[in-house]
Amino acid sequence: MLTGVNASDGIGIGKAVVAIEPDLTYKATAHNDPEAERARYQKALDDFCARTQEQADRMAVTVGEEEAQIMAGHIMMAQDPFMMEEVGNRIDSGMGAEQAVDEACEMFSGMFESMEDALMRERAADVKDIRLGLLANLLGKQVVDLSSLQKDSIVVIHDLTPSMTATIDKDHVVGIITETGGRTSHSAIIARALEIPAVLSVENALQKITQGDTCVVDGTKGEITLNPDATALKGYQKIADEVAEAKAALNVFKGKETVTGDGEKRLLVANIGTPEEAINAAEHDAEGVGLFRSEFLFMDASELPSENEQFVAYQKVALRMKDKPVIIRTLDVGGDKEIPYLGLTKEENPFMGNRAVRYCLINADKYKVQLRALLRASAFGDVKIMVPLVTCVEEIRAVKKLVEECKEELRAEGTDFNENIEVGTMMETPAASLIADDLAAECDFFSIGTNDLIGYTMCVDRGNDSVAYLYSVYNPAVLRSIQRIIKAGNDANIMVGMCGEAAADPLLIPLLISFGLDEFSVSAPSILRTRKIISEWKKADADKLAAEIMELKTAAEVKAKLASVVK
Amino acid sequence: MVSETITITNPTGLHMRPAGLFASTMGKFKSNVTIKGNGKEINGKSPMAIMAGGIGTGTEVEIVVEGEDEQEALKEAIDLIKSGLGE
Repeated sequence: MLTGVNASDGIGIGKAVVAIEPDLTYKATAHNDPEAERARYQKALDDFCARTQEQADRMAVTVGEEEAQIMAGHIMMAQDPFMMEEVGNRIDSGMGAEQAVDEACEMFSGMFESMEDALMRERAADVKDIRLGLLANLLGKQVVDLSSLQKDSIVVIHDLTPSMTATIDKDHVVGIITETGGRTSHSAIIARALEIPAVLSVENALQKITQGDTCVVDGTKGEITLNPDATALKGYQKIADEVAEAKAALNVFKGKETVTGDGEKRLLVANIGTPEEAINAAEHDAEGVGLFRSEFLFMDASELPSENEQFVAYQKVALRMKDKPVIIRTLDVGGDKEIPYLGLTKEENPFMGNRAVRYCLINADKYKVQLRALLRASAFGDVKIMVPLVTCVEEIRAVKKLVEECKEELRAEGTDFNENIEVGTMMETPAASLIADDLAAECDFFSIGTNDLIGYTMCVDRGNDSVAYLYSVYNPAVLRSIQRIIKAGNDANIMVGMCGEAAADPLLIPLLISFGLDEFSVSAPSILRTRKIISEWKKADADKLAAEIMELKTAAEVKAKLASVVK
Repeated sequence: MVSETITITNPTGLHMRPAGLFASTMGKFKSNVTIKGNGKEINGKSPMAIMAGGIGTGTEVEIVVEGEDEQEALKEAIDLIKSGLGE
C-alpha cells in the first residue's frame, strides 16, 4: 500500500494512467538573429494565451468562476511587460528563446517563492506552469492533456499544474495521485471542487505505479492499494459504493438551510485553526465560523505577531466568509499550549494557572494589539470576539473595557471598525456555568467549549489513561451544566452556540435541540452530516427524549438510552 | 515628474487581481509609472513586479509618474487606489 496526503474525500477505483510530462530539455544555443528569435517567442506566447483563454472559459463552467480567474491570470502574467522585457533582453544578448524563457521564469518563480505571504508563494506554481506552456510551444511538444481519457482512469502524475486540472474530464477521471502538494495546494482545491478522490505527495508514485495498474485511491484516508486480488477488489468496490451513496445522501443537504424537523432555523458553522481552513469550511457549506482559534498566529511565530499581521489573518477569514458570522477566540495561551516568547513562568498546575483571559488581562498591552487587529477586521465582515476561560463577571467586564479603549484609539486615528462588534463568552468552566445568568447580562453571546467544560467539571485530564473513563459528555453533571448555560442564554435573548466535537455528536444533537441551542460549530467535514441529523429531529420528540435522559443517573445509562433511540 | 503619497486600503493589498487592474490601467498611458514602497521601486505597469513587491493593505506608497500624460496618469492611479482597486 502507498500512502500520501488525503486531499479529497472518497474512494476511486480504476486503471492507472501514468502521465509522462514532455521532455522539455533544450540545447542552449546562441543565435545572431534576434528578430527571428523574438518572433518565435511571440508566436509561442500568442499560442499559449489563446489556449489558456480556452481553458479558462471551460473552467468557468466545469469548476467555477474563481478558478477560471486564476487561469486568466496566467495570460496576464505571461504578457507582463516586465516578464517580456526580461525575456527580450536575453534574446537580444544572443540567447535562444528557450533559455531566455526558462531563465526569466526561473527568476520570477524564485521571487515569489521567497515571499512571506503563503498566497503569493502559490504564484510560483503559476509561473512554473507558464514556463512549461511556453517551452512546450517553442519545442513543438504537447503538454499533458487530460481531456480525453478512458472511463475510470486514475491519473498518476508528478505535479498537477493548474492548466492540467483545467482539462480534466470529471466523468472519466475517478482518482488523482501526485508526488507533490498538500491539502491547501491548488491541485487539492480543484480535486475537491470536482469531487474526485485524491491522494497527494505520494513518494515515487511514478516509479511504483505502472500504466494500467488497477488502483484503489482512498482520498479520505490518504491510501492507495495497487492491483488488489478479486476478493479484495470486491470489498473495496462495496465500500466505494457505500461511500458514494452516503455522500450522495448528504449532498442533498448542500446549499440548504439548517432546520429542525419542525422547520426551525439553526446556525451551522465551522471550527477552524488557520485562515486557509476558512476556504475548506466554505467548500463544506459552513454558514460562518463558530470558532477561529487564533493561537496558530502566535505558535508559528518567534515573537509577538504585529497588529498588522494579525489583522491580515483575521481579515482574510472575514472576507472569505463574506457577511457570515466569524467568531474569533482571543489568545488561549497556557495550559497545554506553550509559546516561548510570551515569557510564561513554569507552573505547578498550568490548567489552573495563568492562562487564556487571565494572562491576557495581566498583559493588557499585548492583548490590546490583538483586540485592535480584531476591531479593524470587523470593518470587513461580521467579526465577533470570544473570550476563553472566563470564571467571573469581572473578567468579561475588563475585556469589554479594553475593547472600548481600543475603539476610542481607532476612532481618533480615523480607522474603520464595527461600532457594534459583539463580545461573547466561551463557556468552559463550572464557574461560568453557575453564573451563566450574570454573564449573559454582560455579553452578546455564549459558545460552549465542551472539551474544557467536561475536563473542569469532571476534574479529569483526558490524556491520563487511568482516569480518562470519566471524560464523557454524557455525564449527568456535564449535561446539566450544558442545559443550564443554554437556558441562561435563551432567557437573556442572546445567541448560544457550541464549539467542540460534541456539537456534531449524533447522540447529543437531539438533547441540544431540546435545550434550545442556537448555533452548532463543528469541523468542516461534519457539516452536512450534522445538518442532516438536525433535520431529523422535531422539537417535541427531542423534548420527550431529553426529559427521560435528564432523569438518568449515570453516563453509561445516558449513552445506552441515546444509542437505542438514535439511528 | 509628478508624485503623490497614498495608503493602500483595499483588503488584500496589491495581490493578483488588484495588481492586474492597476497595471492594465496604467498601461493605457504613455508615461512611466513607479510605485515606491516597502523600500522598493516597482514598475507600475507590470502586474508581476507589483505582486512581487508584496505591498499589503495599510502600506504607504508613493506613486511617481513621468512623461507627457503624467498629470492624467497620476490622477487615475490615485482614484483607482482610493476606490479600492476593484475590491
